[in-house]
Amino acid sequence: MAILSKKDTKLITDPFLDNNPITIQVLGICSALAITAELKASIVMSISVLFVLGVGNVVISLMRNIIPSKIRIIVQLVVVAALVIIVDQVLKAYAYELSKTLSVFVGLIITNCIIMGRFEAFALGNGPWRSFLDGIGNAAGYGFILILVGFVRELFGSGTLLGFPVLGDPIEKSGLYSIGYENNGFMLLSPMALIVVGIIIWVQRSRNASLIED
Amino acid sequence: MSLKDKLHVIKQRYAGTKMAPAFNALHTFLYTPNEVTHNGTHVKAVDDLKRTMNTVIIALVPCLIFGMYNAGYQHYLAQGAIDKASGFLGASFWTVDNLIIGAWTILPLVVVSYGVGLAVEFLFAVIKGHEVEEGYLVTGMLVPLIVPVDIPLWMLAVAVIFGVVIGKEVFGGTGMNILNPALTIRAFLFFAYPTWMSGDKVWVHGAVERDQMIAAGATNLDAMSGETILGAYAQNKTLAYDYWDMFWGIIPGSVGETSKFLIIIGALFLIFTKIGSWRIIVSTLIGALAMGLIFNAVVDAGIISDTSKFYGLMSVPFWQHLIIGSILFGAVYMATDPVSAAQTNKGKWIYGFLIGFISIMIRVFNPAYPEGVFLAILLMNVFAPTIDHYVVQGNVKQRMKRLKVKTA
Repeated sequence: MAILSKKDTKLITDPFLDNNPITIQVLGICSALAITAELKASIVMSISVLFVLGVGNVVISLMRNIIPSKIRIIVQLVVVAALVIIVDQVLKAYAYELSKTLSVFVGLIITNCIIMGRFEAFALGNGPWRSFLDGIGNAAGYGFILILVGFVRELFGSGTLLGFPVLGDPIEKSGLYSIGYENNGFMLLSPMALIVVGIIIWVQRSRNASLIED
Repeated sequence: MSLKDKLHVIKQRYAGTKMAPAFNALHTFLYTPNEVTHNGTHVKAVDDLKRTMNTVIIALVPCLIFGMYNAGYQHYLAQGAIDKASGFLGASFWTVDNLIIGAWTILPLVVVSYGVGLAVEFLFAVIKGHEVEEGYLVTGMLVPLIVPVDIPLWMLAVAVIFGVVIGKEVFGGTGMNILNPALTIRAFLFFAYPTWMSGDKVWVHGAVERDQMIAAGATNLDAMSGETILGAYAQNKTLAYDYWDMFWGIIPGSVGETSKFLIIIGALFLIFTKIGSWRIIVSTLIGALAMGLIFNAVVDAGIISDTSKFYGLMSVPFWQHLIIGSILFGAVYMATDPVSAAQTNKGKWIYGFLIGFISIMIRVFNPAYPEGVFLAILLMNVFAPTIDHYVVQGNVKQRMKRLKVKTA
C-alpha cells in the first residue's frame, strides 16, 4: 500500500533532481549566494522556505477559484508576505542571533522566484493536497542545494560545520592546521557560491545528458 | 628500436581506446606527429600552437632565471648576510649561493605548476576524448612567475586545479577560455589565501618562517622583511630603492616580474617573432601613463592634500608607474594572451588602453589590492568580446553607409 500515488510521488522527487529549482530552473539564486557561507543559516533558510512554500501553495490552491486573475499576483504577494512575517517573528523570538545573520534575506523570501513560480505554475491549477506535495518537493530541492553549498563553503571556508571546528583549531594550529592547512577565504565570498552551484549544475548535467539544452 | 619508433608502436596499440589522447600527447610533445592528412586542401604553416607556446616560454626563461637569483639575493640581503648589490651586474647578486637557494625554492613551484596542470589537462583529454592541447605550456610557466616565492606548494596545486578547470576546461579547453588561466590561478590565490599573497613578508624567502620562529620564542633572530615598492608608497613611506634598482629588478616582488629590463627584452623578442601583439603592449603602457598623468595633474592642482592616503601613490611621477609593480609583466605576457584578448586591431588598442588605465586606478585607489594589474586584465578579458563586437559592428555600419551612398 502506497501512501502516495505514483503521480504524487513524482511531485516530490522530480524537483529534487531532474527539475531542481536551483540547478535546472536557475531560480532562487540570490539567496543561495547570500546565506550559504554557514551551514546553519542554509538549514534555517531551507526550513523557512519549506514552511512558506508548503503552506502558501495550499492557501493559494484553496483560494484558486475565487482569486480574480487580474489581481492574482497581489493576492499571492499578500499570502507570501503573511507567511514570511510569521517565519521572521518566530526566528526573532527563538533564534535571535541567527535571525540577525539571515537579516534581510528572510524578508526577501517574499521575492524568491521559486515561491511565486510555484504559485503561478502549480497551485493556481491544482488541488490543495497535490499543491502541498509540490511545494514541499520544490522547497526540498531548493534546500538540498542550499545545504550542499553551505556544507562545502563552511567546511573549506571556515573549517567548521554548524560552528564545530571539525578540521582543528586555526589559531592553536591543531588538527589539519598543524601540517600547514589554511582556510580558503575565497569560499566565504559570494562568487565562490556561484562557482559551487555551477559545479553542481555541471556534474548533474554531465550525468544526465537529457538536461543539456542547446 | 629508437624511442620514437617505440612511441609509434605504443600509440598504434592504444589507438581508439580511452587512453589514446594521453599517448598521442606524449608523442607530439616529444616528436613531430607521424600522421599526414590524406584529403582536402590544407594550409601548411611553420608555427603551430606548440611552436607559438615554446616561443613565449623562451621569452620567459630569462625572467625565471633572474627570479631565482633574486630570490636568493633578497633572502640573504634581508638576513644581512650580503651587501646591497649596485646595479644589474652587482657583485653580490650573481652568486652561486643566490642561485642555489633561489632554485631550491622556485623549481618546486615550476614542477608543481606543470605537474598538476598537465595532470588536469590529461585527465580532461581522456574523459572528453579529445587531444591534449598545448595551452597549458605557457600557463604553467607563467604561474610560478606571478606568485610570491614562499607560497605553500599545496596552495599552488589547489589554485592550479581551480584555474585550469574553472578558468579553462569548463569553457571547452584551450582556445575557448574567456579568462586568462594563469591570472585566474593568481586571483584564486589572492582571494583564498590573502595572507600568503600580500603584505611585507611573503616576498622574501624565509621571512614568514622566521616570523613564526620569533613568535615561538626564538630570541637570537631578527625579523626579516621585504616590502614591495607599492606597499611602501601606499603607506606614504620613503623608498629604500632607487629607480635603477627597480628597472634592473633587484627588489622584492613576485618571482618573475621584478626585472623590467628582462621583460622589455622578452617583449622585443615576442614582437619580433610576431607572437605578442605590439598594439596591446603599447596601448597598455599608454593607458597606464595616461592615468598616471591624470593623477599627477590632480596632485599639481592641489585638489588633495599630502595627508590623504592616496597622496603617496598619486604623486608618483607618471612614468614611474611603469617600473614599479607588475604592469609591464602584465602588459607583455598576460594582456597579449591571444585567446582572451581582443581580436580586432582597433579592439586591441581599446582593450590595452583600458587595462593600463584601470590597473593604475586600482593601484592608487584601492589599498586592499596593492597590485591591480591582474584584476584589470581579468576584467578586460571579460569585456574583450564586447569590444570586438562593437568594433566589427562599427565597421559594418560604415560600409553599409558607403554602400548607400553608391546606390543613391
